Amino acid sequence: MATKGIEESRRNFIRKAAAAGGLLATGLLNPFNAILYAVEKPTDPTKHWWGFGIDIEKCIGCGRCANACKEENNVPREPFYFRNWVEQYTIKNDGSVKVESPNGGIDGFVQTVPKEDIFKAFFVPKMCNHCYKSPCVQACPVGATYETPDGVVLVDETYCIGCRYCVQACPYGCRYIHPEKNTVDKCTLCYHRISKGKTTACVEVCPTQARIFGDLNDKNGELVKFLKEHTCLVLKPHLNTGSKLYYNGLNGEVR
Amino acid sequence: MEPQYQHLYEMLSQVRGFIYPNEVDLQWGLLIVLYPYITGLVAGAFILASLERVFNVKVLKPTYQLALLTALAFLLVATMPLVSHLGHPFRAYEILMTPHSTSAMAIFGFVYLWYLMVVLLLEIWLDYRRDIVIWSQQTTGFKGRLYKILTLGVKDLSPRTVRWDDKIGYFITVVGIPSAFLLHGYVGFIFGSVKANPWWSTVLMPVIFLFSAMVSGIALVLFIYMVVTWFRRQKIDMAALDSIAKFLFYILILDFTLEGLDQIHRIYEAEESFEILSLLVHGPLFLTLFIFQILLGTLIPLISLGILQLYKPKELTRRIIYFSCSLLVLFGIFFMRWNVVIGGQLFSKSFYGFTDYKLRLAGSEGLLWALVWVILPFLILGFLLWLLPPWKKLEESTS
Repeated sequence: MATKGIEESRRNFIRKAAAAGGLLATGLLNPFNAILYAVEKPTDPTKHWWGFGIDIEKCIGCGRCANACKEENNVPREPFYFRNWVEQYTIKNDGSVKVESPNGGIDGFVQTVPKEDIFKAFFVPKMCNHCYKSPCVQACPVGATYETPDGVVLVDETYCIGCRYCVQACPYGCRYIHPEKNTVDKCTLCYHRISKGKTTACVEVCPTQARIFGDLNDKNGELVKFLKEHTCLVLKPHLNTGSKLYYNGLNGEVR
Repeated sequence: MEPQYQHLYEMLSQVRGFIYPNEVDLQWGLLIVLYPYITGLVAGAFILASLERVFNVKVLKPTYQLALLTALAFLLVATMPLVSHLGHPFRAYEILMTPHSTSAMAIFGFVYLWYLMVVLLLEIWLDYRRDIVIWSQQTTGFKGRLYKILTLGVKDLSPRTVRWDDKIGYFITVVGIPSAFLLHGYVGFIFGSVKANPWWSTVLMPVIFLFSAMVSGIALVLFIYMVVTWFRRQKIDMAALDSIAKFLFYILILDFTLEGLDQIHRIYEAEESFEILSLLVHGPLFLTLFIFQILLGTLIPLISLGILQLYKPKELTRRIIYFSCSLLVLFGIFFMRWNVVIGGQLFSKSFYGFTDYKLRLAGSEGLLWALVWVILPFLILGFLLWLLPPWKKLEESTS
């Protein structure tokens, strides 16, 4: 009896140890990296699954992307409405952080911190993260905000009631209420262009190729190559929004 | 510069630090402060009423119908601030026609309708049915016709039917208590579930909203009971008043403890958002949080009502203290809603700066509209008290 009991507990121990070891091995085989954020979806890997990459190391803060976006998508010119903007981060020697985005960076930037006080300075272009677990889609009470099968978050402006709950739900500040339409507006990833095989307006005008638009399902595509060759991160990963906007060279100070 | 953007340019000059460019335009203003405030008054008033009915606190009898009618008057207006602030108010029905099942806001419409139709209207109707039938036979003219409509064609007053009215009414009140909890806990969830906003996103939010709702609803019934009795030149039932004040005191303790717990938890955990929230409460929210909500709206009523539990001065003094406390609590809970709704939008989600909120007089988000939605429930209550006076009912049922 006693031997049987010991054997059983030994068997259990081995079983448990194997399970734990298996888990550990899986963990080692599939290390947690940025691309994991996009592997749960879509169900059909033969179709497009749009994502976006931004190389902070290449951005020069010219603001042409923000301007081109306003032109292409008829975004109101007032400095309160942006589908796409650039932020200038300046980390000073004393550790303090200065962030600026005058008119979304459209008119360019002037560095106001004296050079000797600067520890680090860089530009961070921002836009909709086209999250696949997006809090804005979750929050919309009528379903006017939705995700297309190819992974783009869009708004049906004929359906939006203008409650602004999605604006509150977006952690990245990517939505605004259109002053004339009184409905919400945001980056469409230039859906009218990409569905015709073109690239987005912001990518087209970027002089340094800091912006990469691409298909996460195209394993030989430009975006997957970018993710492979760089250590990419998404903004606010702790919120688990499933962001598909990947940054290379993202500092911890950026929010 | 076009005039429609003028206030935004003014806001832009008020920005401190860095905010995302789209955050200059503050999205939810005074009307959305009123929405949880009014909904809370409804839930609180109903819960006070159900204390009498379900938990058999007989001393609260004089305020039972008054509390129910108050709840109804405010519930009828509760969604108005919400609808009138929409970019497209005429599309509001889409929330009920094609609700999006994952949205916290979408389900509110159904919770609201359930509460209005199934709980409040039915309960009031069953409670008044016998009186309505009697009044419809005694009254002529417009009012008489109204009573006839309100009987819904049921004129049976046999003791058996009246007993059934009471039984079903009791059952509905029992269902009503969790419904009232649901109604306001749910409003808390609308804010508490926004993970993008650390000032809102706390699991305690629905519970805090619920208890603050009870506090404000009880204070409102206390206030209305005193005003209505004074208008009618009747003697106030001090036993009822003392009991309401006692309940107010207890719930206020619970509410304050919960809010304190929430803040202590935030301070102790001191997450990523801690610095900006600390700047928020010590800066832009200092007056409305520490002075209006905590000092005037909570501590002073808490201490005053607490003293009255130990020492009972003469009636007039007590009445004055109760009256002042009810007003202070109503004021304090209004600013509790303000601090949640406005406070949660004053800091940037980048945690690097603040925007400002300027209350405008006119416009759909302005003070004037807000006043309409605050005054309207009192007018509706006036009408309801004219149509369904609880005091006449009392006389008849005792005779």
